[in-house]
Amino acid sequence: MSLAKITSLTGRGVFVPGNDIDTDRIIPARYLKCVTFDGLGAFLFQDVRKNDDGTDKPHPLNDPRFAGATILLSGANFGCGSSREHAPQAIQKHGFKAVVAEGFAEIFYGNCVTLGLPCASASREDIAKIAAAIETHPETEIVLDVAKQEIRFAGQTVKAAVRDSARDALVNGRWDPIGELLEGLPAVQTTAAKFPYLAA
Amino acid sequence: MTDPKSLFQKVWDAHTVRTLANGQTQLLIGTHLIHEVTSPQAFGMMRDLGLKVLRPDRTFATVDHIVPTDQFAEPFRDPVAQEMMDELRKNCARFGITFFDRASGKQGIVHIVGPEQGITQPGTTIACGDSHTSTHGAFGAIAFGIGTTQIRDVLATQTMALGQLKVRRITVNGALRPGVYAKDVILHLIRTLGVNGGTGFAYEYGGEVFDRMTMEERMTVCNMSIEGGARAGYVNPDETTFAYLKGRPYAPKGAAWDAAVARWRATASDPGCHYDDVVTIAAADIAPTVTWGINPGQGVAITERIPDPATASTVDEKASVEEALAYMKLTPGAAIKGTKINVAFLGSCTNGRLGDFQEVARYLPGHRVAPGVKAIAVPGSQIVALQCQQLGLDQIFRDAGFEWREAGCSMCLAMNPDKLVGDQLCASSSNRNFKGRQGSPTGRTLLMSPVMVAAAAVTGAVADAREVFGVKN
Repeated sequence: MSLAKITSLTGRGVFVPGNDIDTDRIIPARYLKCVTFDGLGAFLFQDVRKNDDGTDKPHPLNDPRFAGATILLSGANFGCGSSREHAPQAIQKHGFKAVVAEGFAEIFYGNCVTLGLPCASASREDIAKIAAAIETHPETEIVLDVAKQEIRFAGQTVKAAVRDSARDALVNGRWDPIGELLEGLPAVQTTAAKFPYLAA
Repeated sequence: MTDPKSLFQKVWDAHTVRTLANGQTQLLIGTHLIHEVTSPQAFGMMRDLGLKVLRPDRTFATVDHIVPTDQFAEPFRDPVAQEMMDELRKNCARFGITFFDRASGKQGIVHIVGPEQGITQPGTTIACGDSHTSTHGAFGAIAFGIGTTQIRDVLATQTMALGQLKVRRITVNGALRPGVYAKDVILHLIRTLGVNGGTGFAYEYGGEVFDRMTMEERMTVCNMSIEGGARAGYVNPDETTFAYLKGRPYAPKGAAWDAAVARWRATASDPGCHYDDVVTIAAADIAPTVTWGINPGQGVAITERIPDPATASTVDEKASVEEALAYMKLTPGAAIKGTKINVAFLGSCTNGRLGDFQEVARYLPGHRVAPGVKAIAVPGSQIVALQCQQLGLDQIFRDAGFEWREAGCSMCLAMNPDKLVGDQLCASSSNRNFKGRQGSPTGRTLLMSPVMVAAAAVTGAVADAREVFGVKN
């Protein structure tokens, strides 16, 4: 299984401000009623984007200036709450290629990497600089350089940390671990044999 | 003498298969629990890749999130819920996975079923596609909530790729005051350490308060570890753990039992082991706690006031208090006590166990749910429901004006028909107060202990259960 080497991403950005944006906000539980992830992108941030009657609420994702953005920017502790992979799936299926935030919740971070969706941590000040740049010039091209752990935009360069294990997996095209895990099956059997509770 | 190790370190080391190229560990997962919401897509991925379930004998399924609590017969009124049910049945049958279906009498919330069956055991690793898998840490297991792609990984290889966590020891010493419960302990801890304070950590809970807790109480605390950002939380196994497990269907029997207990005892953290961080809390400082905001860290003691953004110490805190109060429609600086409620929900993987209903039932006789309040009691499993019925507790709840329902996750996340309507305010024994969590995009949730939920239900407003029920201080 050959996976893309994700060393760098280029695209326009959209800033969704706020800390502790949880997975229920990213994709409300009622949209988890499904047996595939298909179509989830349409419901990204549904309850903060739409009124009950289906009309738009003011939200950056509804702002036509940011249509087509592929880099999602946000605050601290992004993706807290549920382990639902529906959240990163909705983000990815909406068209995002990367998430940049001050920090991420643990399970969400791992779920993203496994989908080849890089998560990079940047300082509040730097995210504010990028947000200011895209606010005045939505067409600003943003480059998230995963390998170099930096973001380049409008002639500026800021730091963007990607965890060592995630960075390695992304830039080397092994972000989906299934192939490697399967290779380890003989060693799995040996380890399992040590445990009475795993006696077959 | 080897270096002293924490339980986490021992279990991690023992279950390490090898180091992967990116530096993560291929970790053996001894027990895999699955349910209808996060598994169907994983089985789909298995089909696409032509993979088989490696250890169907170590994979256990139940159905909990989408089941109606007022309808046993199928088809369900919601065709998508029925489709999810059918999909799980089909996948379990195809791969030979034990399914605690409703007809078995053993169905329930996955984090209640595992312990109840004795599947959850000390010194083991557990994974489930649900963030509240941390619940199982109450037994001294290391239990991880995982995403769907990882469910695929565990189904196919009984392992997953994971980076090692740090360990924070949280000691709660002294005695809890009357009317203060395990739920208050964890709400207090999250309030103190923050909703992201546990990022990168497993929490080890210990001290006199945990030593005295029942297994159910330990589960309540471990359950909400994730709400504090900790991927896992655990309590070292002790006599309470062993007594709970003895005789359960999947617990070892006879000589194997004695050998297992000896092994389990040895998995507990060694005295003098290294912790990456240590936090000590005095039990006497913990009060009945109620959340006022939109994350589980936004809580106050029942005697305190709702925060005022004007007095916030940082810009961030001010913004988060403002956002929360705007959503919650609560008044800054007002007492939380007396806040009118519309709905009372008793149940969930946090507080849907026998002990929770027993404790509330001690106080309910002589009280009635206040006019205009919808109160529902949802046992966490069919076995909990049966035990309650055998003790006559269901009748106590009905007599008090609660609707007594069938087992499931219910209004904790409202994937079934149990939902808030409009901006209803719900006193809830569940674990999350996120915006829209209980099924209405504008619905509002106040988290609290089951006894506090009951106090709110019978008075129609957030109340101090110690006053309402005459708990002696």
